[in-house]
Amino acid sequence: MAEEVKLFRTWSSRYSLRIVWALKLKGIEYETIFEDLTNKSPSLLQYNPTHGKVPVLVHDGKPVCESLVILEYVDETWKHNPLLPQDPYEKSMARFWANFGDDKLMKSISQLFIAHEKDQDVAAVAALENLKIVEEQLKGKKFFHGETIGYLDLAFGWIANLVSILEEIMSLKLVDGERFPHLSSWIQHFIDAPVIRDCWPPRDKMIIKYQVMREKYLAAATPK
Amino acid sequence: MAASDVKLLGARPSPFVNRVQFALNLKSIDHEFIPQNLAEKSELLLKSNPVHKKVPVLIHGDQPISESLVIVQYIDEVWSGPPSLLPSDPYDRATARFWAAYIDEKWFPLVRDLRNATDEQSKAAAVEKLFEGLKLLEDAFVNSSNGKGFFGGEKLGYLDIVLGCYLGWVRAGEIFTGLKILDETKTPALVGWAERFASHKAVDGVIPEPEELVNLIKMFQARAAAAAADASTK
Repeated sequence: MAEEVKLFRTWSSRYSLRIVWALKLKGIEYETIFEDLTNKSPSLLQYNPTHGKVPVLVHDGKPVCESLVILEYVDETWKHNPLLPQDPYEKSMARFWANFGDDKLMKSISQLFIAHEKDQDVAAVAALENLKIVEEQLKGKKFFHGETIGYLDLAFGWIANLVSILEEIMSLKLVDGERFPHLSSWIQHFIDAPVIRDCWPPRDKMIIKYQVMREKYLAAATPK
Repeated sequence: MAASDVKLLGARPSPFVNRVQFALNLKSIDHEFIPQNLAEKSELLLKSNPVHKKVPVLIHGDQPISESLVIVQYIDEVWSGPPSLLPSDPYDRATARFWAAYIDEKWFPLVRDLRNATDEQSKAAAVEKLFEGLKLLEDAFVNSSNGKGFFGGEKLGYLDIVLGCYLGWVRAGEIFTGLKILDETKTPALVGWAERFASHKAVDGVIPEPEELVNLIKMFQARAAAAAADASTK
């Protein structure tokens, strides 16, 4: 019986993109179900009752949720073209940095994005500090694990696309080539990689989406 | 491997540190526990975990590993003999990792909310949210344990460690608020599990007594109140 793989995602979800890339890197055929999160399908709610979020990978009827969990599942189930390093210490470092990316870096960039002008300087300091930490990790490497794309590139992949979109909306340059030479170089390599480049969501749609989001946040938290 | 090859930088009341201790005990790994003063962080801690400056940090040989879930998986992979902490099947592993993320990101913050609740209304609201989460974990336990005593089945596994480390703080929260969190009328399977977990030899003596943790809660609250008073008089 042929394997059945389905991916529930949205057009813009950065977390879902991780799985799109992973499945592509492994050459796995799958069916895509695009969700509208304002009107969730019964299937999504059945497969992810705890969170009702995307991405959800359904493999032969069994759902796996949470993008980093899904990445490890994909890597352990389809063992060719490994995403994670084999060495336990290197693997731990990969998991550590992926957590840092989601818990610290992403949060600090989001905070900057929705900050009022008066709070922008402080928010920028945190975001830049975290970006510097990532910059350090890329010294002497083309991709996070060396010459080929792997788990951490997929985990940090959102940077390559989303940061320039947020920069355009904020009229603020965060990742410039002078302060972040390694990160800038990684972005160029990643964004153009054959497996990666055809998957980016339409930029104009993203600009509108994030512009609307920012306006909503700024309006809701208007300083007194 | 000599005990000095494995060091654990930790603080006894930290449930994240306790997780690593359970894993080391279950695998019978000789190690040196180096208690840390978190109010005055040591050079060793700052050097070993420069990004977060937190405990636990496992130092294996000269390689530091941080983040409790990362450390527990590392231990399972390096000392790969029995008992295995994570299941072997990829789908079961994904399920365990999913619930671990839920416990840390969604459920335990609710215990913190309870600790920080100052009036009866917010305490009751916090406990209510905790119950909703515990119901999910009750179902997860029933599915995962397959009729046996632990999330890991017959033996303690990853999820037992991930959730079990919080039992001291849960009990302390119950004493502090006078409200029941682990209630045999609501989550009977988890109540039974909690008793088995606490009496397991790998766990015994690791988690501080609830009374010690209650004193810590009182101290946190006093500090928070003092900081708030300070901030408002400026």
